[in-house]
Amino acid sequence: MSTTVSSPRPGNPRPDNSAPDTGAAAVTAKPVTWKTPVLLAAFGLIALVFFGLLAPNKTASFGISTGEDFFQLPALDINAFAGGTVLSVLLLGLAAYAVFLKTKDRPAPGWLTVTFIVLFVAAFLLWVVGGARTPSISLAGLIAGSVTLAVPLVFGSLSGVLCERVGVVNIAIEGQLLGGAFTAAIVATMTQNPFIGLAAAAVAGAMVSMVLALFSIKYLVNQIIVGVVLNVLVSGVTGFLFSTVMQEDKARFNSPPGLDIIEIPVLSDVPIIGPILFRQSLVGYLMYIAVLVVWVGLFKTRWGLRVRAVGEHPQAADTLGINVNATRFWNVTLGGAVAGIGGSFFTLVAIDSFTKEISGGRGFIALAALIFGRWNPIGAFFAALLFGFADNLQSIVTIIGTPVPSQFMAMLPYLVTVLAVAGLVGKSRGPAASGIPYVKG
Amino acid sequence: MVRVLKLELRGITKRFGTLLANDHIDVVVESGQIHCLLGENGAGKSTLMNVLYGLYEPTEGDILIDGKAVSFRGPGDAMAAGIGMVHQHFMLVPVFTVAENVALGAEPTKAAGFLNLDETRRRIREISDQYGFDVDPDAMVEDLPVGVQQRVEIIKALVRNAKVLILDEPTAVLTPQETDELLDIMRQLKAGGTSIVFISHKLREVKEVSDTITVIRRGKVVGSAEPTASTTELASMMVGRAVSLNLDKAPATPQEKTFEVRDLTVIAPNGQHVVDGLSFDIARGEILAIAGVQGNGQTELTEAILGLQERVSGSVTLDGKELLGRSVKDVLKAGVGFVPEDRKVDGLVGTFSVAENLVLDLYDKPPYAKGISMSPAKILENAKARIDEFDVRTPSAAAAAGTLSGGNQQKVVMARELSRPLRLFIASQPTRGVDVGSIEFLHRRIVAERDQGTPVMIISTELDEVMELADRIAVLYKGKLVGIVPAGTSRDVLGLMMAGIHPDEHAHSQPAGSRPAATSDHAEGVDHD
Repeated sequence: MSTTVSSPRPGNPRPDNSAPDTGAAAVTAKPVTWKTPVLLAAFGLIALVFFGLLAPNKTASFGISTGEDFFQLPALDINAFAGGTVLSVLLLGLAAYAVFLKTKDRPAPGWLTVTFIVLFVAAFLLWVVGGARTPSISLAGLIAGSVTLAVPLVFGSLSGVLCERVGVVNIAIEGQLLGGAFTAAIVATMTQNPFIGLAAAAVAGAMVSMVLALFSIKYLVNQIIVGVVLNVLVSGVTGFLFSTVMQEDKARFNSPPGLDIIEIPVLSDVPIIGPILFRQSLVGYLMYIAVLVVWVGLFKTRWGLRVRAVGEHPQAADTLGINVNATRFWNVTLGGAVAGIGGSFFTLVAIDSFTKEISGGRGFIALAALIFGRWNPIGAFFAALLFGFADNLQSIVTIIGTPVPSQFMAMLPYLVTVLAVAGLVGKSRGPAASGIPYVKG
Repeated sequence: MVRVLKLELRGITKRFGTLLANDHIDVVVESGQIHCLLGENGAGKSTLMNVLYGLYEPTEGDILIDGKAVSFRGPGDAMAAGIGMVHQHFMLVPVFTVAENVALGAEPTKAAGFLNLDETRRRIREISDQYGFDVDPDAMVEDLPVGVQQRVEIIKALVRNAKVLILDEPTAVLTPQETDELLDIMRQLKAGGTSIVFISHKLREVKEVSDTITVIRRGKVVGSAEPTASTTELASMMVGRAVSLNLDKAPATPQEKTFEVRDLTVIAPNGQHVVDGLSFDIARGEILAIAGVQGNGQTELTEAILGLQERVSGSVTLDGKELLGRSVKDVLKAGVGFVPEDRKVDGLVGTFSVAENLVLDLYDKPPYAKGISMSPAKILENAKARIDEFDVRTPSAAAAAGTLSGGNQQKVVMARELSRPLRLFIASQPTRGVDVGSIEFLHRRIVAERDQGTPVMIISTELDEVMELADRIAVLYKGKLVGIVPAGTSRDVLGLMMAGIHPDEHAHSQPAGSRPAATSDHAEGVDHD
């Protein structure tokens, strides 16, 4: 009944290792599904029919340089029919490759999906512009505008990353953006200093977050519910103060001095890249810095390791002497501050005053960007850019006049959101303890 | 030489509300010793260790290290004092690498808080080489087998210079072979100067490895024992009365085979074949035990039979009638009694009374229901009879089931399932988290059911239980049947089978230490099927 005599294994202390190891590999290997190849093939066919075969035989013109650029590049002129057909054939090729990989039981690599999206967007652009009344748009303007529209989204999704990585779902991004926008407007107007307004926006966002943190961490209220309630609360309070205070005396309360665009000499004149990277407001530059800082912080520093541990396995963090709830509280607060800065973009850079619901649901799109970007700051950044692009494209395309009704174009950002979150780029897995309050013992 | 410390717990009392989990416990762990805390589930061993590790604050009492009283405000303090703990449920972040997990909480950093994981990797390799752990610092923890994860936990403690290592039920998740390896590691650690507090309720292991044994019962130290004490002695100290560890059961008299499973396959939502082509049958008057390490398809197998799984193929017949594709209600109606593995989640409604829980499957049928109304008198009557029959210790039939002890909860579930005439009885982990006294009782009931001529299927990850109850033993590994062997098959063979190695193959490869090769060959064979 006893196995005191465990078989001696001279020279090899771990003989059983090979079996469990092989087994573990088999368990963790995720089965390759047909989802991606089928989706790609479907979109490839749509591209071929609409953007290729049904495309107008007209020339679409894409301006690359803006008037302010240091050196000018000629515009790209492409025949919509020919270009669309070529692109859609390439798309089908990519889809076929994905199918081929699936038959070999291998998943489609990430670059394939990304290339597919880029080509698909290009084909779509060709088709839309080619069919427009004025078949010419400025590519540089399109991209620069996308970045501008994406700024609050990026800040919002960074806020989401900071909160969810530490285990708190932040549905209140919308409220934090709105609170930031309102506070920036009123403080900047009263102090006549946009920088103080910017700082105040961060504080306002942080305060909204602290309420979320307090209720969800200390009082264990459902995080989604607190978040939703906060959105409604901030919307109500700012709306009330807007109509009772701001509108009464616009000059005193709602005409903030804006943050100027800072042009970096020479670099800002490089076509396409210049306006994106080197012709931004302070908030725009802060955005790039924030993305990098959060990424480096999360993945390269002690702080980040602890944050991620708390979001994945709070008990483990606790047993190693990390204060789970304090870590959560301060990270959620930090996230709120980041979103608040994003909110200031509305009133200090984009528009020169606050209006009701100025954030217009972008907090929720930021949430989608966070998921699409797989809880990674850089992923979230590019996802936010994509949403900004869809948003901007929709307005530009409406201006140049397209065969598609503008209402449909207005759906574009949301359509992209739904497709993205539905898992176009494979399944994304969030932090394991996200949304689950931590109770000791 | 490493500084070795002496640890003393003096009068530790821990109260949770009205519950007294630890009552003036005194334990002295001499340096360089393996000190076992023996006690049943719920005796208060883990609570005591959580106090020692700084996770709980003691209501009363002192912790002394080398004679000096210390107070821990958190695990950080305990670790700083040289105490490390390997929890029963591993405290590892699955999506982190080994190095990240080991570094967490005591991260070596460069300037400005940047991680210096190279330092951690170096330490892991050092320790890994010293004890023959064979752990890759860059492996993702979720990809590692449980035994290796446990070593990562041990490394975590050693990197923090633990002088006293607490192992909380470390063998619960291991195969018998892995257990033997762990016991070896413990001896090595001891030789290297680390004291170990070994928490267990498994007598065999305790006797094998301990230097001193302290027995805890209902939150109190009831005595200490030498490892030379007999199993029966230890068991009665643990339980507080004489227990017979050996179930006297008559040999089975199998009759016709009424339960057949053919090519049963269950596909998990992620596409994995969690039950893969199982075929077996059970005769009336026979107990078939399904052995295997947890997570090898046992849960899905029982759920498939019950009709709780979605993507199922193959066939399951009881008395010639197909069960697959039928609703759970139909399956129960066909005479299947089922004790689920997690009684709190699937077996009981904790907030319902004991009486209500006893008719969860029959509440809508006469005599408990008349049309749309229930008859509480009948339900109570039934409850009283069952409570007597199964010796359920409950304040009353109206007490909420969730307030009973684990053993009594399990008796309620078992009483309900056995109160109907059955054509098949399935019990999953029938005695998990149940006190030794109740185990005896529950085992007798299962055997009694067999003797009435019901085919019985037991799923257990406890090899002792399997060996005690089974007339035949089927071993599952990664959803496949490794083989079906007769009762009385040795623990070693069963252990190998639980690691996926078929006994015949093992017999061929036994000589000359060729086991590694045989092992990997077999594993490949399995994966390519």
